[in-house]
Amino acid sequence: MSEWLTAIFISPFLDMASGPIFFAEVVISGLLAGVMYSMVALGFVLIFKASGVFNFSQGVMVLFAALTLVGLMERGVPLWLALLLTVAVMITLAYAIERVMLRQLVNQDPFTLLMATIGLNFFLEGTGELLWGSNVKKLDVGIPEDSLEVAGMLLNKFDLIAAVIAAVLVTVLAVLSQKTKIGRALRAVADDHQAATAVGIPLTTIWVTVWAVSGIVALVAGIMWGAKSGVQFSLSLIALKALPVLILGGLTSIPGAIVGGLIIGVGEKVAEVYWGPVLGGAIENWFAYVLAMVFLMFRPHGLFGEEIIERV
Amino acid sequence: MVGMNGSQPILQVEDVELSFGAVQALIGVSVDVYRGEILAIIGPNGAGKTSLLNVINGFYRPQHGRIVFLEKERPKHFRPYQVARQGIARTFQNVALFKGMSTLDNIMTGRTLHTRTSFLSQALYWGRALREEEVQRRRVEEVIDFLEIESIRKTPVGRLPYGLQKRVELGRALAAEPELLLLDEPMAGMNVEEKEDMSRFILDIRDEFGVTCVLIEHDMGVVMDISDRVVVLDYGRKIADGPPHDVRTNREVIEAYLGVAHE
Amino acid sequence: MIYRETGQFKTSYRSDQSIFPIVQDRWAIYLMVAVAYLIIPFAANEYWLQAILIPFLIFTMAALGLNLLTGYAGQLSLGTGGFMAVGAYAAYKLTTMFPAVPMPLVFLAAGLVTAVVGIVFGLPSLRIKGLYLAVATLAAQFFLIWLFNRVGWFYNYNPSGTITAPPRTFLGIMVTGPEATAPVRYLVCLTFVAVFALLAKNMVRSEIGRTWMAIRDMDIAAEIIGIRPLTTKLSAFAISSFYCGVSGALFLFLYLGSIETQAFDITVSFEVLFMVIIGGMGSILGSFIGAGFISLMPILLTNAPHWIGLEMPVDLAKELEAIIFGGLIIFFLIVEPHGLARLWQIGKEKLRRWPFPY
Repeated sequence: MSEWLTAIFISPFLDMASGPIFFAEVVISGLLAGVMYSMVALGFVLIFKASGVFNFSQGVMVLFAALTLVGLMERGVPLWLALLLTVAVMITLAYAIERVMLRQLVNQDPFTLLMATIGLNFFLEGTGELLWGSNVKKLDVGIPEDSLEVAGMLLNKFDLIAAVIAAVLVTVLAVLSQKTKIGRALRAVADDHQAATAVGIPLTTIWVTVWAVSGIVALVAGIMWGAKSGVQFSLSLIALKALPVLILGGLTSIPGAIVGGLIIGVGEKVAEVYWGPVLGGAIENWFAYVLAMVFLMFRPHGLFGEEIIERV
Repeated sequence: MVGMNGSQPILQVEDVELSFGAVQALIGVSVDVYRGEILAIIGPNGAGKTSLLNVINGFYRPQHGRIVFLEKERPKHFRPYQVARQGIARTFQNVALFKGMSTLDNIMTGRTLHTRTSFLSQALYWGRALREEEVQRRRVEEVIDFLEIESIRKTPVGRLPYGLQKRVELGRALAAEPELLLLDEPMAGMNVEEKEDMSRFILDIRDEFGVTCVLIEHDMGVVMDISDRVVVLDYGRKIADGPPHDVRTNREVIEAYLGVAHE
Repeated sequence: MIYRETGQFKTSYRSDQSIFPIVQDRWAIYLMVAVAYLIIPFAANEYWLQAILIPFLIFTMAALGLNLLTGYAGQLSLGTGGFMAVGAYAAYKLTTMFPAVPMPLVFLAAGLVTAVVGIVFGLPSLRIKGLYLAVATLAAQFFLIWLFNRVGWFYNYNPSGTITAPPRTFLGIMVTGPEATAPVRYLVCLTFVAVFALLAKNMVRSEIGRTWMAIRDMDIAAEIIGIRPLTTKLSAFAISSFYCGVSGALFLFLYLGSIETQAFDITVSFEVLFMVIIGGMGSILGSFIGAGFISLMPILLTNAPHWIGLEMPVDLAKELEAIIFGGLIIFFLIVEPHGLARLWQIGKEKLRRWPFPY
């Protein structure tokens, strides 16, 4: 028993202390994995901020975007054209979703909207696989995958590039949101639909825009994930893991999505490496969720989320 | 202060301070409520009337002050359902009915404090549970009778017009057989006839069931007609407390409503 | 003309509150139960029993459980698969450790174990609501599946990681294991579902059902009228998990006979959720309809093309299934958020007035 207790509460920390460089590598690789989660979470946040809809199918949108890209490339379409076409597809998809689904559910409660996006999840998954096939596909967009040595640590070039791209994406989005007219309109819509329409903001245009942007973010995320581990069904499961990220970061915060993603990424990697062997491995399957759940007990609205005051 | 027949008040709100961050909703408010009276709380918008009711209810916890109900001081940690159990019931400004249920079921939920059987015997729907269900049904039907809403028993409340919804909500509060009934703008949005009906109900509630009523109300006619005593709030403070006619002629009250600038 | 209530007056509250107030309905139900017990075991062939009716019944049980939690009490749960797994593994361990205990008791005990687990994972529900709570149930789902995969004790250290239902008899008849016949297993499932559906219906029309719905509709108002939120939510989790646990145990012992944890993965959680949404949230009948619908759809998809001479490869069938289910969910949520059960009710209303339009 005490052996087990030591293994849980003491040994992992000793390991960390005795191999600081390795620990740093683990943390950094966790951060980089976290960046990927953040990208997926970003898509959620955008849509939720602007339309109050929690888009459960965001993960599948990542898969769908990646599938479309790879599918086109497999049929001989050059990368640049395939990218353009996929972007066009995602925009069309956004438009279709708004038209067919969102418009009909405008006044429903969040629960119903969530269920609808769960339905969308399965619909897109089936369609994607129907169109492009369900076997694993290799996605090559020309990003180097070898390692780089930095300050005595071994880091993966791919991960670094992914992190940079994510940082750029987030900065662009943050700037757009804060500084531009469209960004302001988005924030207005997020706060209060009716008030926004009252001042003349076209709701449907905003929603299509936001879903389209989300779709493009999904595409970027899909490329990153797909290039790293191949384009396959499990991509959408990874996106389920964006949920704990959102819990930590709050559903409405762009910086929160980043911070949440990083925390989850690091937490997962560290837990797997240092506690995994003791508990039998594959902790990554549930660690993020349990962490989020524990977190929720203390901060029911996430790190950066807005607290909703309930009035009677 | 002593009541109409020299009794102790059933509710004593003493020196309550309530603030939300920098906003002070209630400042040093003290109110006594006597058994069997109808007390009206009035004041301009934002004066803190609903906040006061929420404090009495246990929904808000004041930063300072104490509540004594039925001569027992309320512990600081009390949750709303514990307050309800002591015998305080409430209706809300924006009708807080359970939209997924019928009128009958909504009022039946008001009987929750009087239900003793466990879910197991309810699952079997026999013996004590069945008898208890019938007793509850009988009580609820008495309330339905009293409020004259028999015809809408099985209607989902979401489909009822606003005035009827308010009546159902009143029924739910009554079904709990409370000592003290808090009514937050029970006549809001009603026409003259509906207001007359509601006024009659409130008076009957006091006369037939012996329930003490505290109501927030904007219609001065109603206030003058049915209340025994009036408390006036303005900017979180109590500025008047007495019989309706005294309050009506109180200069500070008039100024509060007309919006004279404060020094 | 046929479906009228004329002359059917209720003279007591008890009869007004009965489950089937309209006499025609009551006869219909008696007839259905009679057919289910007396005719189907003899008339239906092996395939129908094994591939359609038994899983339909088992998933009805699970859908009842989830409906109580999500449809009546308003607590979204994505952990149904995990709770079913708890029931299956609990039953497995109980019967392998105590082989003399009769199977029905084993199933009930497995349900109780699951209820306890449900309470534990339901504890966050006091502080966490809505979507956030769904994430907590996801934690339950993934953690429980991981647990049953990793900890050898649960699968009796079997190298393949699967658990197999040992043969057991009850009242002299073989009910589990390879010798148990489909009609027998069907009858056991039927009995469990019939009894528990009745209990569920009783609960939802009693105080506990009303407190669940109150919490679902407006939990703040509910607390103010005296309903205790934590006890109510926990009771919903406990009872719902009990149902899911029993259904998991039935799944192992009376349906597949042998499973690995994958049988209860997140896809199952979604499937049962679909049953509840399509069938009708907050409706006991809806659980039946939804389970039936989702059980039958794949069969229909794989077989219907045959009837018109086309081939349907397995992959395609799965993809079409996903598309159709997803599409139907969206369709129902737009058109009739209360699912097929409400459509059924509306149909009955129309039937009552037929042939008059209103």
